[in-house]
Amino acid sequence: MTGLLRMIRSHGLITEPALNPPEDMSDAARVDDVFGGSIQVRHVDAGSCNGCEIEIGSAFGPVYDLERYGVRLVASPRHADVLLVTGPVTRNMADPLVKAYEAMPEPKRVVALGDCARDCGVFAGAYGVQGRVGDFIPVDVTVAGCPPEPEAIITALRRLSGR
Amino acid sequence: MSATTWAIVAVVVQVAVVVVGAPFLVGLMRQVRARLEGRAGAGSAQPWRDLRKQLRKEPIAPEGSTIVFAAAPFVLLSSLLLITAAAPFIATTSPLDGVADLYAVVSLLLLGSVALALAGLDTGSAFGGMGSSRAVTVAALAEPTLLVAGFALSVRVGSSNLASLVEHGQRAPSTILSPATLLAAVALWIVVVAEAGRLPVDNPSTHLELTMIHEAMILEYAGRDLAVVELASAVRLAILLSLWGTLFLPWGVATTAAPGALALGVVGLVAKVSVLGAVLAAAEVFMAKWRLFRVPELLAGSFLFGVLAVSSSFFLA
Amino acid sequence: MSLVSAGLLLVAVAAATSLVVGVLASPLRRARVSAGLTCVVGLGGVLAGVGALGGASWSVTARNLLPLSEAVFAVDPLSGLFMTLVGGVAVATGIYSAGYPRTEEYAGGPASRTVQMALPMFAAAMVAVPAAGNVTTFLFLWELMALASLVLVLAEHRSRPEVGRAGAWYAAMTHAGLLAILLSLVMFSSATGTESFDEMGAAASAISPATRSAVFLLAFAGFGSKAGLVPLHVWLPRAHPEAPSYVSALMSAAMVNMGLYGVLRIGFVLLGGGPQWWWMVVLAIGCLSALYGVLQASAASDFKRLLAYSTTENLGLVFVGVGAAGVFAAGGDPQLAGLLMIAAILLTANHAAFKTVLFLGSGAVLRSTGLRDLDQMGGLARRMPTTAVLVGIGALGASGLPPGNGFVSEWLLLQGLIHSLSAAGAPSVAVAIAMPLAVGAVALTAGLAVATFVKAFGVGFLARPRSAEAMAATEVPPSMRVGMGVAVVACVVLALAPLAMIRPLERVLAAMPAIGEREPVHGAAELHLSAIAGSMSPLLIALGLAGGSLLVVLLLRLVGGRQPRRAALVWGCGGTRLSPRMQYTATAYAEPLTRVFDDVLRPEHDVDITHYVESRYLVESIRYRQRVSDRIENRLYPPLLAVATRWGSVARRLQNGSVHRYLAYGLVGLLVVLVVVGVTS
Repeated sequence: MTGLLRMIRSHGLITEPALNPPEDMSDAARVDDVFGGSIQVRHVDAGSCNGCEIEIGSAFGPVYDLERYGVRLVASPRHADVLLVTGPVTRNMADPLVKAYEAMPEPKRVVALGDCARDCGVFAGAYGVQGRVGDFIPVDVTVAGCPPEPEAIITALRRLSGR
Repeated sequence: MSATTWAIVAVVVQVAVVVVGAPFLVGLMRQVRARLEGRAGAGSAQPWRDLRKQLRKEPIAPEGSTIVFAAAPFVLLSSLLLITAAAPFIATTSPLDGVADLYAVVSLLLLGSVALALAGLDTGSAFGGMGSSRAVTVAALAEPTLLVAGFALSVRVGSSNLASLVEHGQRAPSTILSPATLLAAVALWIVVVAEAGRLPVDNPSTHLELTMIHEAMILEYAGRDLAVVELASAVRLAILLSLWGTLFLPWGVATTAAPGALALGVVGLVAKVSVLGAVLAAAEVFMAKWRLFRVPELLAGSFLFGVLAVSSSFFLA
Repeated sequence: MSLVSAGLLLVAVAAATSLVVGVLASPLRRARVSAGLTCVVGLGGVLAGVGALGGASWSVTARNLLPLSEAVFAVDPLSGLFMTLVGGVAVATGIYSAGYPRTEEYAGGPASRTVQMALPMFAAAMVAVPAAGNVTTFLFLWELMALASLVLVLAEHRSRPEVGRAGAWYAAMTHAGLLAILLSLVMFSSATGTESFDEMGAAASAISPATRSAVFLLAFAGFGSKAGLVPLHVWLPRAHPEAPSYVSALMSAAMVNMGLYGVLRIGFVLLGGGPQWWWMVVLAIGCLSALYGVLQASAASDFKRLLAYSTTENLGLVFVGVGAAGVFAAGGDPQLAGLLMIAAILLTANHAAFKTVLFLGSGAVLRSTGLRDLDQMGGLARRMPTTAVLVGIGALGASGLPPGNGFVSEWLLLQGLIHSLSAAGAPSVAVAIAMPLAVGAVALTAGLAVATFVKAFGVGFLARPRSAEAMAATEVPPSMRVGMGVAVVACVVLALAPLAMIRPLERVLAAMPAIGEREPVHGAAELHLSAIAGSMSPLLIALGLAGGSLLVVLLLRLVGGRQPRRAALVWGCGGTRLSPRMQYTATAYAEPLTRVFDDVLRPEHDVDITHYVESRYLVESIRYRQRVSDRIENRLYPPLLAVATRWGSVARRLQNGSVHRYLAYGLVGLLVVLVVVGVTS
C-alpha cells in the first residue's frame, strides 16, 4: 500500500491536456444534442484482431481519459446509448451484433471503429467474414484507421456526447 | 413560523439535499478515484448528466416479466425517500418520528433490496437470478451485525430511536469515544460497505457479469426505469453514509427547528458525507474485489465486533 | 347466554352434526357440508374467544361425561386468545376447502366420509383444548385433536406411499409428546392432590422445587414437540407437505399454537413463573429452533416443506419471546416481561394469519399445476393473478418486512430484548451474555427468512414457467380465493392496526400471576412502549411508502420522457434465445447460503453425466441433484429407532402365539395386581 501511495504522489495527474473540441461538431448538432454531455458505450467485437480494442483501452486509460468527456463503458446494451463495433462482421457474431443493437433503447447511435468495421479492411473476402457493420445495422459515425489513433476515437465519441 | 412548520421545512430540505446531493456524492467519489489513478475524471456533475439523459430514453421490459419488474424501482426509491424524510440527518425534529426507529430504518432498507431482488428474478434471465441470490445472501448476513450494533448503541441511551441516539451523542460526547461505540462504528462501517455494494464486497463499475451483485439485478433496466434505479442506488449510498456519520459524528445536527440551526445542519451533513465518501473512494483504490465466499467471513467478523460492542457496553459501563 | 357459552355451543353442535352428516350425506354435498361445518366451528371459536378476551370468564362442570372423572370446561382470557386464533384459521380453511377438489371417490381419499367428518371434528377439538379446565378433559381433547389430525394427514395415503410413512412418524411423535404431557400433568396433579387446573395453580407453590422443575421440563418437551421445536420437530416437515393443503394450514397455523398454549398455561399460570433457568432453557431452544428452521427453509425447494420449516422458525421466535419474558418475570422486571409476552403472542397471531395464506396458496398452486417443487414453477403471477397477489401479501408478512404484519411483532420482540440491559435493576451476567446472542439469532433468522420468502415467491410466481405444468396453470375456483382472502384481511389488519389486537392481550397478561396487569404498549396509530422509550407507527410507514411511490411516479411524469415501455426479448448476451429453463431455480438461488452454512445443512450432491455412445469426451447430458436432509433427524433418531426396534424384537419372543402362555400372562398379572393392592391399602 505504501508503494502505491508513493507512486500516486510521484506521478500525480498523467492525463494529457484536453484536446480541442472537434471542429466538426455538426454531428452533435445533427443528433440534436440528445445526449447532453453523457454517453454510455457498449463495445461489441464482431470479429476484430483486437488491435482496435487495445486503442480503445488506451483511449479510456489515464493518458487520454475519455471519461472526462462524459463517456463511460457499460456492460449491458440496455444501459447504453452508443454501440461501438470493431472488426468485420463474422458469421458467428452477425446475429449477436444485431441482437445487441435491438436490445438498446432509443435514441441510439452506432460507431463503426476501424477499417474492418468500415469496409472489412484486410479481412475482406475471408471465409468467416459476412460483411461490414453497415450491412447489418445502421451506422452513424465511422472512424477510419487500422487501428485508429486514440485521438480519432476520442473525436468521434465527443461528436456524439457533445462535450 | 411555528415550530411544526419549520419541522416540515426541515424535512423537505433534508429530502431535497439528500436526493439532489446523492448523484453529486457519486460524482465526487468517482472524481477522487480518478485523481488518485492519475486521470482527470468527468467531474462531479456527470452522474446528474447521466440521469438527465436516461430520463429521456425509452424504457424496456423483458417478455414474460410482471408488474413487479416495472414497479420495483418505484418501491425502492420510495422506501429510501421515506427513510430520508424520517431520519435525523439535518434536524432531530422530524414529524415522522414514528418511522425514525433504527430497526424500522434497517427494515426499510432491506425492503428496498427485496424489491430489487424480486425484479432481478422477474427478468427471467440467469444474470438477474444470480444477482438477486447474491444480494439477498449479503443482506441476510449483514442483518445480525446491524441489529446487534444497534443494540450496542441503544443500551446507553435506553432507546433505539435515531433522534434520541443523536441527541444523546451531542449531549455526552465522551460516549462516542467509548469502546462500545468505537466497536459498533467499525462493525457498522463494514456493513455500510457491504450494503452500498462497494469494494471489497462488490465492484460498482465492473463489466464482468459473473462478478456482479447489484449490477446484475439491473442489467435489464433501460431509460426512465434505469434512471430511477441509478438515483436510488446513489441515494442509498448517501443514506448509509449519512446514517453512519450522524450516529458517530452527531455534531451539527439541529435539535430545534430554527433556520440558523437548520442551515448549520445542512452544512454539517454535506461536509460529513463528502468526507466519508472521499475516504471510502480513496480506500477503494487500494483494494480489489474479494471472492464472493470470503464476504461471509467479513460479515461474520463484523458481527463479532458488534457482539463485542454490546458486551463492552454492559461490562465496561 | 354469554358469548362464550354461545360460541362453545355452536362448536359442540357443529361437531355433533359432522358425525351424523359424515355417515348420511351424499358424496356431492358432503364436501360443502363439511366445509360449512368447519366454518361454523371457526365462528363459534371466534365468538367464544372474543367473549373471553372481553373479560367474561366461564366455567362448567359435567359430571358424567367422561369415565372415572368429571369434565370441566373453564375459559379465561388466555384460552380465549387461542380459541380466537384457531377459530379464525378454521373459518378461512373451511371456506377454502369447499372448493378444494375431491376428484375421485376412493376409500380413504380426501373425498371419503372419514376425512370429511374428521375436518370439523379436528377444528372443534382444537377450539375446545384451551377451554379444558382439568387434566382429564385436557388430555381427552388433546388426544382427540391428535387422532383427528392423523386421519386428515393420511387422507391421500392410497395414492402416495410417502403419506403413509409421514403418518407413521406423526403418530409416533405426537404420542410420545402425549406421554411427556401425561407424565407431567400426572406428576403435577398427584403432588397437589387435585385434578382441576384452578386448584392445581393455587396449590403449586407448596410443591417441592424439584418436582416443579420436572413437571415444567416434561411439559415443555411434550408441548414443544407439538409446537415443532428442535429437536422434536422432525414430524413437521414430513407430515405437513403430505397432508392436503387446508389440513396443513390448520395444523401449521392453529395446532402448533396448542403447544404454546400448554407452555403458557403450565409455566406461567399454573406454576406461577418459576426460576430463571427454566426460561433460559426455553430461550435457548427457541433460538436453536428459529435458526435451524430458517436455515432448512432457505435450502428447501419443495414449497410445502419450506413452509413447514418456516413454522419451526416462527415458533422458535415465539419461544424466544416467551423465554425472555419468563427470564424477566423471574428476575423482577414484569414490565419488560409483559412487553415480551405481548410480542410473542402477537407473533403467534401474525404467524397464524400469514401461514394460513401461504399454505392455502401452496394448495392452490398444487391444484392448478400439480406441482410442489419450486424448481419447476414460475410464471404463475400471470396465470393465477389473484392467488399471486394474496400469496405475495402472505410472503411479505412472513419475511418480517414493513409494511407486512410480521414486522410489527418482530419490532416489539427486538425492543424487549434490547432494553434488557438498560432496564432498571442491574441485569445478571447470564442475561448480559444471553441477550446479545438472542438478538443476533433473531436478526440472522430475520435475514434468512427474507431470503427464503424472496426465493419462494420470486422463483415460484415470477418470470416465466419452468415446466409444461406451470405453463398450463389456471386460476383456482372462487371459494379457494375467498378463503385465502379472509386470511389476507387478517394479515392487513394486523399489519396496519396491530393495537386492535394488543388491547385484548393485556387481559391475557393479567391472567398470568408472574406478570400481572400491565399495559406495555399504548397509543392509537403509533405504538408507544410504556416505561421504556420506543415508538413506531406501522400505519405511517405504509402511508409513507404509498405516498412516496405516488410522488415518484408524479415527478417522473413531469421530468421524464413520454415513451411507453416496450416489450423486448431478454438480453442473454446475444447468444441463443434464453429458454425459461435457463432461469435461476430455487436450488440455485439458495446455493450461496447453503454453501455458507454447509456445516449445518450438509447438502448431498449427486451428479450424473451421460456421455455419447460414440465418444467419452462428448457429454450428452448432465443431471445434478442436491438434497438437504434434516441433519438432526439423521443424527438423533436412528439410534433411538434402533433401540426401539431391538426392544420390539425382544418383545416378539414373548409373543410366541401360544394361547396357554397368554393365559399364564393374564393370571400372573392379576395375581401381582392383587398382591400390590393388598400390600398398599
